[in-house]
Amino acid sequence: MDNNKIKKVNRRDFLNKSLRISAGIAIGGVAAYLIKDSSTEDLVWQLDPSLCIQCGKCVTNCVVTPSAVKCVHVYDMCGYCDLCGGYFRADAKQLTTGAENQLCPTGAIDRQFIEDPFFEYKIIEDLCIGCGKCVAGCGAFGNGSLQLQVRHDLCVNCNQCNIATHCPADAFSRVPRSKNTIFKGFSGSEFLNKT
Amino acid sequence: MKIQYKNTILVFIIGLILIAFDAQSQRFPKPEFESEYVQAQTQIPIPRVDALEYLDVLVLILALSVITWLILKKRSRIGVFWISIFSIIYFGFYREGCVCSVGSLQNIALALFNPGYKIPLTVLAFFIIPLLFSLFFGRTFCAGVCPLGAIQDIFIWKPMKLSTWIQKLLGLIPFIYLGLAILYAATSTDFIICRYDPFIGFYRINAEFSMYVLGGIFLAISIFIARPYCRFFCPYGVLLNWFSRISKYHMTITPTSCIQCKLCENSCPFGAIDIPDSVKLKETRKDTKKRFITLSIIIPVLILLGTWTGYQFHENLALVNPKVRLAYNIYDQETNPNIITDPQYIEPIEIEAFRSSGQPVTQLYSEANELLNKFKIGGMLLGGFIGLIFGLTLASLSTFRYREDYEPNKGNCLSCARCMDFCPVGDENELLVKDLK
Repeated sequence: MDNNKIKKVNRRDFLNKSLRISAGIAIGGVAAYLIKDSSTEDLVWQLDPSLCIQCGKCVTNCVVTPSAVKCVHVYDMCGYCDLCGGYFRADAKQLTTGAENQLCPTGAIDRQFIEDPFFEYKIIEDLCIGCGKCVAGCGAFGNGSLQLQVRHDLCVNCNQCNIATHCPADAFSRVPRSKNTIFKGFSGSEFLNKT
Repeated sequence: MKIQYKNTILVFIIGLILIAFDAQSQRFPKPEFESEYVQAQTQIPIPRVDALEYLDVLVLILALSVITWLILKKRSRIGVFWISIFSIIYFGFYREGCVCSVGSLQNIALALFNPGYKIPLTVLAFFIIPLLFSLFFGRTFCAGVCPLGAIQDIFIWKPMKLSTWIQKLLGLIPFIYLGLAILYAATSTDFIICRYDPFIGFYRINAEFSMYVLGGIFLAISIFIARPYCRFFCPYGVLLNWFSRISKYHMTITPTSCIQCKLCENSCPFGAIDIPDSVKLKETRKDTKKRFITLSIIIPVLILLGTWTGYQFHENLALVNPKVRLAYNIYDQETNPNIITDPQYIEPIEIEAFRSSGQPVTQLYSEANELLNKFKIGGMLLGGFIGLIFGLTLASLSTFRYREDYEPNKGNCLSCARCMDFCPVGDENELLVKDLK
């Protein structure tokens, strides 16, 4: 009887031990398999402006309110136009800073006169909600210097970006941390990062 | 005259550089300002530095080591409680949740099935380290390091005892959740664990109303049913459960030997204490044989049934994938041109986006077909897995193991150390108790 009991305990221990070793090997195997194809760098979410259709879903689908997606002005591409397709509504009566003329629903674009006939446009990020109306306007009539981008000081970097799952154009992807911006028609992201 | 000529060349060269610099030709070239205007810089905020991510891994290892030491060596419930508070503050409110170990299993599935996805080392570490600890010390990660568990743990006030059948039945949900999460992550459809994470909204203090409601419901239930998410939903808990069952140094209720005093019987809010049997019943050989035969028929039948069901529903499962959905929508539109002329019909924005991207439809169809095939296999595997789990649950309910002492159920025990305080057997007074006996 006693002998039997000892045997039983031994069998259980033996089973546990062999299972433990195989589980350890399994974990190690998965780790080894993935490590050779891993990146030491963290990934962040970014949207590709060349795929973006400015549907406006970034406004409501970001887990952060207001959205971490903002309009970014690439000054190097800007034409400094007086009649800015990103600033004025299509039916604007006058080219003034009057609210009734502005395309931006929150008045987040600051228009400043520089010299005849050029104007500078600055995005006030605290007001921008990332709706992309100005982006659509600038892309349709201008150079496309206004582009939507995920702002990484605001983005909480969810494991699965909620905007990405709702983006109709599939414009969101995970990018390495060091290449955290994607601009359309402008490849100076590395240069910009340094400044 | 000469100077002007030179200027023209200069402008031309600058123009060439600009064209080389950006491929897209501009409708309105950038002006050359005559005033002293300095062009503003495009500001690029930098994301959280990588070093901090590695620091998180270090903190995870430290927290796990400390809590394991507190449970196994110090046998201190209050220590576990303070680690829970620390985890809520650090992994919850400071780190704002992502990436957590629970969600990381989807990254692993994505990386295993999509070679294009390069998994960050930190995410891999968050997945592996708690599993390794579980393999040796039991679910000490659940005890107080996991921020999702910790927040529910501090809400436990008047825990109810659930009957075994409810526990077993609800205990099947995590397996289904795990299977679905892996299926959707492997097909790079969505991370459903993250999407339905109930507490992330609290930690970010910024979420949709529905998220707050879901989290609030879970916390309210936590008051009476201890840790509902951990026990009846958490898919990572399934893996930890498996590894904990074969753990080497799992915590024990008593520091030395059990005296069957029954004091700890109701101490576990999670119903994870196995109660000793009053009589040792030896099953007759005939009964064992009968049970064995019944189970060996039932389990394969359940697996087959699950596989068949999974196959039947693979299309429904696949329709969660946006690409498959888009292909179906476009196919609908093309085979049924009347619907476009219908004034009620609103073209989905996805179709509009797809058309503007200029991708050929045939390519989309072939990609969607490939995904459908993946879901066919995945659905069958998922169904078979669920069938197997149902069968094994039945088997575990019908098998009987004689037990003399009060023991934590190594799979379900969350190593919270509550029961330890109820045990009258101490290291020092062991002799005294023996005398009493």
